[in-house]
Amino acid sequence: MGLKQNLHNLKEKYKGTKMAPAFNAIHTFLYLPNETTHGGTHIKAADDLKRTMNTVIMALVPCLLFGMFNAGYQHNAAINGFTEGMSFFSGDFWNMDNFLVGLTKILPLVIVSYLVGLVIEFIFAVIKGHEVEEGYLVTGMLVPLIVPVDLPLWMLAVAVAFGVVIGKEVFGGTGMNILNPALTIRAFLFFAYPTWMSGDKVWVHGAVEAAGTADAISGETVLGSLAQSQPISYSVSDMFFGFIPGSVGETSTLLILLGALFLIFTKIGSWRIMLSSVIGALVMGFIFNQVVDMGWVGETSKFYGLMSLDFWKHLLIGGFAFGAVYMATDPVTAAQTNKGKWIYGFLIGFISIMIRVFNPAYPEGVMLAILLMNVFAPTIDHYVVQGNVKRRLKRLKAKTA
Amino acid sequence: MSKDIRIKKGLDIKLVGEAEQVTTELPLGSVFAVKPDDFHGVIPKILAKEGTEVKAGEALFYSKSDERILFSSPVSGKVTEIVRGARRKVLAIKITADAQQEYKDFGKKDVDAMSGEEVKNHLFASGCWPFVKQRPYDVVANPNQAPKAIFVSAYASAPLAADYDYALKGKEAELQAALTALTKLTTGKVHVSVAANSTLSPFKGVKGVELHKVSGPHPSGNVSTQIAQISPINKGEVVWVVTPQDLVVIGELLLTGKFNITRTIALAGSKFNKPQYVTAKAGAQIADVVKGNLDADNARVISGNVLSGEQVGQEGFLGYYDNMITAIPEGDDYEFFGWNKPIFNKISASRALTFSWLNPKKKYDLNTNTNGEHRAFVVTGSYEEIFPLDIYPMQLLKACMYKDLDEMEGLGAYEIAPEDFALTEFICVSKQPHQKIIREGLDLMREELG
Repeated sequence: MGLKQNLHNLKEKYKGTKMAPAFNAIHTFLYLPNETTHGGTHIKAADDLKRTMNTVIMALVPCLLFGMFNAGYQHNAAINGFTEGMSFFSGDFWNMDNFLVGLTKILPLVIVSYLVGLVIEFIFAVIKGHEVEEGYLVTGMLVPLIVPVDLPLWMLAVAVAFGVVIGKEVFGGTGMNILNPALTIRAFLFFAYPTWMSGDKVWVHGAVEAAGTADAISGETVLGSLAQSQPISYSVSDMFFGFIPGSVGETSTLLILLGALFLIFTKIGSWRIMLSSVIGALVMGFIFNQVVDMGWVGETSKFYGLMSLDFWKHLLIGGFAFGAVYMATDPVTAAQTNKGKWIYGFLIGFISIMIRVFNPAYPEGVMLAILLMNVFAPTIDHYVVQGNVKRRLKRLKAKTA
Repeated sequence: MSKDIRIKKGLDIKLVGEAEQVTTELPLGSVFAVKPDDFHGVIPKILAKEGTEVKAGEALFYSKSDERILFSSPVSGKVTEIVRGARRKVLAIKITADAQQEYKDFGKKDVDAMSGEEVKNHLFASGCWPFVKQRPYDVVANPNQAPKAIFVSAYASAPLAADYDYALKGKEAELQAALTALTKLTTGKVHVSVAANSTLSPFKGVKGVELHKVSGPHPSGNVSTQIAQISPINKGEVVWVVTPQDLVVIGELLLTGKFNITRTIALAGSKFNKPQYVTAKAGAQIADVVKGNLDADNARVISGNVLSGEQVGQEGFLGYYDNMITAIPEGDDYEFFGWNKPIFNKISASRALTFSWLNPKKKYDLNTNTNGEHRAFVVTGSYEEIFPLDIYPMQLLKACMYKDLDEMEGLGAYEIAPEDFALTEFICVSKQPHQKIIREGLDLMREELG
């Protein structure tokens, strides 16, 4: 009777057994289940959580592909020299040589991230007897995009295991976690293996092995060189298109912008959070620019490099754009009320740039800013909701008075 | 005097199978049933034992909480069976109808001369009190409380809903009598809302009430939406709610002395060969009402609308309050890659490769598939887009789930009924049973706070 019937028979056979969630997780990937409504509404809208998550993944795929090309490009360019003033569609960038280098480095990251994370999800689903939730589909995609290309796979595996268990499952699984799981994984890597997560050797493939030899290549990120008050060696268009060293998927502001527009159009991503974090970042950057203009911070200050950066350029460098679009908008860990989202996003942008400038040891502030605001999101929501409660009480008072 | 209420947030669910404005008079069926579950929260005490002969309007049972509240038989006949479930809970009282219908005579009344107390007693005695429901909690009204106002929504915005302008045509006298009676029950006003674009509304000429014109997408016709706009319910306040089809029954009782619960009912949905209106009594067996019209193969038959009606099947009975029967296809089939391929034939509130936003006027033939499995709450902000009350829907749902009475109270649980959460349930990507969550939360509040 064909695949559909065979799978249906298998599902009936395993119904109620321990392995049912694991089987169903795979089954529902092939087929939308045959479940019908009972009680409640008799019809339901077309979207489910799988579709929602899938939409986010679709928005991430361009960043992943770009990351593969860029990994190869950075590697080859560091050896052979950079091409000046490339257009976005330049053949110097989009070629098989570059792609293959990236593919062989990044595909394993993706596979390890998904494999480890999903196995843990399946185990917890089977133990707890609930269906496998889709949350990890996005997390598993995000993780390879926010790590350096040369990260050893075992470190990634350890970090993913830590992040999924401690960051998510101990809180009760998808929908219950406080911290963004992908950022928990990155934070774990960051603090457990700092030499692999920062510095000037990790962002370009091959830089670590070549260190100390005659072929040594430097792979400093724009943020890293700014933190040492060195001038930017990349043009604005390079930074906007993403032809710069950095974590795998975070470099191309252009593609991230397109992804953001897609998420906003599909109503999956919150435009409130994205917009307000950009505003927050611009405001903080602008304040720092003013501080420099007033002459309060001299050129000898170690903060000068980042503080004097034109405020809008903060959006182009580092992981800010990626964080604001894909990480801050995670609905579970973000503020959940519309008003709360404005406050939450603004503070993320504001604090990101502040950490960036004042903490040159960890020049990327976005990760810490988002994690910090994840913790405060419930508090923000609490006060927003209390506003509604108070309004209701006031109505009662006006009535009885 | 009329006032305009414009609702912006919401979602009109357009389905195929709208009832054509033709009414067929159906012969009286043989078996009828009254289900105590239709009256949420009422614990029935049986008056008419098996074998008793009853007239139409004679009480079958009363409410344990207040023995004045009687529940009447829709037809005259013999009580043939009292169906009981677990722990001897009464599920249904079945009556086999007589060929010749006899009505219990309650006497004609001059409404204008009646006092509030007389109206109340008359409604008690005739079994019409259950038509008066209350907010908070969405249950049969507690007659010992004084409502601050009474609301009637004569605008049905639910999918495929029966058109009141058509179904109540020619009932102006009954409506006027019933509304006059209602004005005696409250010191406040009686608010009636009609569709802004309605020209034929039988409520156009009624006196003694405040008329409102409602426009906007569903749930603009839900009475809670209108209450929130006109006079929101505060803690400690009570409002009463009556549906227009029940006003007709009350009106006829006052004018003729008979309890006649015959309604013009819409048969709607894609599984009816000829969606149209019929006349039927509440409690009629579905098979009798849909005979010859229903395509029974793989059909879900619902007493009420697709959002908050009850699944009945052909052996079931028309709900006591319902004025429509909907039949839609069951969706118990798998769909290959249904979760990621572009979708053109289903409604969605997002645009995640779902294309219902392209064509907002299109009518859809939706089935009962859940389109996904039950999940934890993940997505935020989508309910607010279609929820017109000044309430945080997800926060209230969560408060109901973790049973925090203070929080439920603070977030506005007094203002809502389960049906107000039908739309959020419809669009919920986590497929959570919102109406059930709210109902359980309201029951808990009622139990604990009274």
